Amino acid sequence: MAKFALTVNGSPHEVDVDPDMPLLWVLRDELGLTGTKFGCGIAQCGACTVHLDGQAQRSCVTPIEAAAGGDIVTIEAIAGPEAKAVQDAWIKHDVPQCGYCQSGQIMSAVALLRETPQPGDAEIDAGMTGNICRCAAYVRIRQAIRTAAETLKG
Amino acid sequence: MQFLFDKYATQPNADSSATRRPPEASRRTVLKSIGGVGAGLVLGLQLPTAAKAESGAAAVIKGDGSDATFAPNAFVRIAPDSTVTVLIKHIEFGQGPYTGLATLVAEELDADWSQMRAEAAPANAALYKNLAFGVQGTGGSTAIANSYEQMRKAGAAARHMLVEAAASTWGVAADGITVSKGVIAHKESGKTGAFGDFAEAASRLTPPSEPFLKEPKEFVLIGTHLPRLDTPAKSTGQAQFTMDKTRPGMLTVLIQRPPLFGARAKSFDDTETRKVNGVVDVKLLPRGVAVYAKGFWAAKKGRDALRVEWDESGAETRSTAEIVADFSKTAAAPGKLVKEAGDAERALSAAGNIIEAEYVFPYLAHAPMETLDCLIKATDSGARVWAGSQMQTIDQGAVAQVLKLRPEEVEIETLFAGGSFGRRATPIADVASEAATAVDAIGRKNPVKVIFTREDDIHGGFYRPLFVHKLKGALDADGNIAAWDHVLVGQSIMEGTPFASMMKDGIDPTMIEGAEDLPYAIPNLRVSVHKKTLAVPPLWWRSVGHTHTAYATETFLDELIALGGHDPVEARLKLLGDTHSRYTGVLKAVAELADWGATVEEGRARGVALHKSFNSYVAEIAEVSKSEEDGVPRVHKVWVAVDCGVAVNPDIIRAQMEGGVGYGLGHILYSGITFDKGRVVQSNFDTYRSLRINEMPEVEVAIVKSAEAPTGVGEPGVPPIGPAVANAWAKLTGKRVRNLPFAPITG
Repeated sequence: MAKFALTVNGSPHEVDVDPDMPLLWVLRDELGLTGTKFGCGIAQCGACTVHLDGQAQRSCVTPIEAAAGGDIVTIEAIAGPEAKAVQDAWIKHDVPQCGYCQSGQIMSAVALLRETPQPGDAEIDAGMTGNICRCAAYVRIRQAIRTAAETLKG
Repeated sequence: MQFLFDKYATQPNADSSATRRPPEASRRTVLKSIGGVGAGLVLGLQLPTAAKAESGAAAVIKGDGSDATFAPNAFVRIAPDSTVTVLIKHIEFGQGPYTGLATLVAEELDADWSQMRAEAAPANAALYKNLAFGVQGTGGSTAIANSYEQMRKAGAAARHMLVEAAASTWGVAADGITVSKGVIAHKESGKTGAFGDFAEAASRLTPPSEPFLKEPKEFVLIGTHLPRLDTPAKSTGQAQFTMDKTRPGMLTVLIQRPPLFGARAKSFDDTETRKVNGVVDVKLLPRGVAVYAKGFWAAKKGRDALRVEWDESGAETRSTAEIVADFSKTAAAPGKLVKEAGDAERALSAAGNIIEAEYVFPYLAHAPMETLDCLIKATDSGARVWAGSQMQTIDQGAVAQVLKLRPEEVEIETLFAGGSFGRRATPIADVASEAATAVDAIGRKNPVKVIFTREDDIHGGFYRPLFVHKLKGALDADGNIAAWDHVLVGQSIMEGTPFASMMKDGIDPTMIEGAEDLPYAIPNLRVSVHKKTLAVPPLWWRSVGHTHTAYATETFLDELIALGGHDPVEARLKLLGDTHSRYTGVLKAVAELADWGATVEEGRARGVALHKSFNSYVAEIAEVSKSEEDGVPRVHKVWVAVDCGVAVNPDIIRAQMEGGVGYGLGHILYSGITFDKGRVVQSNFDTYRSLRINEMPEVEVAIVKSAEAPTGVGEPGVPPIGPAVANAWAKLTGKRVRNLPFAPITG
């Protein structure tokens, strides 16, 4: 056990955990932020995606010792024009089915649009390929990202 | 006072046939028959306990129902603020019953969609059974189909009572009152009011025994695009799943289950496990060794450190190739006869143009995004379960049996589930009963949450069973299909379970569905089946038997049609004749949608498939090319036509077709569970490969207009995609793929 400081959604936290505990379980079990999901534990499905210092990061394979000191944003506090455009588009297109992967999808989509504000279809696929949706809501994920990009164009 | 609640709740569905309004009658004539006051006073208090309790399933969407003053039946709660909460008897894991069932209520209630809320109903089979099953549970694409009249009657009864209450309050005749978009109005006097204004007064009235239902032409909500009630919560991280639920003092439990199906734990050494920070206890359970810890990570580290010795004497130790060889040998001879027309054997021996094909379908895991989980707390007098319970009555019974309680002493709060595809509906309630044994093993001291890792899920069995099909077909001199002989070999899902009562003459209908009811006119036909018994537990998997029967029949048919030199669509239409209008309807619709017959881009080809499952008819056309990366089909576009009767929510139907195409496609292209000396080779999404967004085709859906009663859409989109892709692939490459998946299975 060791103490680690981190900023989550703008608030400073200190946790006393094993250094190898993944950030995912720090968020979920230590801080009670359950919007970030467990899906595979090996960075294959993207359900655990958060933003660490502005970058999309798979929290299930990020040990707390590597994330300590970082600025972490989760689905609970994602904000800004890209986030609003994405979440509005998700609702407009009724993207979610079971909904379990959607936090991760949205975190990846926001990161994609911050990097590439007007992605083409191939860029959308490339940017989202790390996020599995077992319901295969992919048609609507694509549509929603296109809509969000249109919104951001203004 | 539960009996009072039961009495009124069961009234609306006492009659399974629709209560149609007589042509000359109207609401007003019936309103006169409404009785006096009395029972309503009690009814208003008869909220099922779980409805009053916190509902994690719907933190954002719920109206909760706990402040409702008007509860006319088991399904409808109307609060003073006019919100209408519908208690949903079906689990929401993506197919849309929260929205669909609330739509049915709102339609007859003449509510505004913005005032509708949805919440999970508690486990109570008397009130909330699936009318198609007789127990509370979800499956077989029945949620809308079995609720269609029940929910409408629930809404109609509530409307009836609100109108009566308004009439009485205003001192006007009920027949002058209209209801539209949640507004109750009396034109003559100019009075208007909201539902909440009359909720208390309505609660004192007796529910009508036979509320009138609208004619379909009067629908204002059914058939329109209503936004899903669960989307906002699922787009903001606020939707609560079992994985997210905690209780004070809760311990996380990971169970080390046997590495072979049929093996059992003999002994274990937990010395290292107990040294792990946060590990609290280790117990031997009937199905494995449980590690109890404060949180997932400690439980996982503790379990990793566990050493277990297994008794493998009764285990399945064969590799997949051996099982397939065994099934294949059996398939050489006909099995138990399930369908016969003419004399297939004689026609085959007489014909010159014969083809034979053997198909192999691998075991498949469901792999829902939320791994399996169940939270339970228990005392000596009762238990409470939080789970994505797909078969509440079975889970309730299983937990009660383990804890030596009566079923009604087990409360279940059904939460959103992160997918299921059938996995949460095991006949033995594997996850709920494991959770019950886990809480019992520590003296019911702490609430426990059993969590599966992804590896536990992939290794855990309850797969779509492995099947081998052998088909023989013959053409006559004109190239028409003269004979068809189909032998299926696989495991029964129902045998030895409470569902065995659904077997007929020893045959499990899920083994042969879709093979024994071919709609095509084939003069000589024989279908037979062999049942195999293995220690690997099989289970229904999104569209069940149709997952393999549609592939085998629709690709083999296509092969025979091609051999006869005919067009796949034209030949199917000819074989269907004029007695299968719903089949031909979707086939013609998809051909038109895709412009079948138009020139296809160089390097691409199109294939078609048609299949009925769960009383819904679906035809799909797929356009494919060859992937330069891995040599498997790249599917560019899929056109879908579906006839599912009355389309309650067209956008959800489209979403289910899109998702069904993706789910089916991922598995026929990439997925398979294999065994190496009995051990499951795959373990996570790196080896049990899932479809990803870059592999998802565009999907265009046409919904065939129909006035038939609605049927399901959760599963029927799945069966046609495999054969549509395979038929396109055969046209493109000349190769008939009969051993799934298309891509090599990794491990």
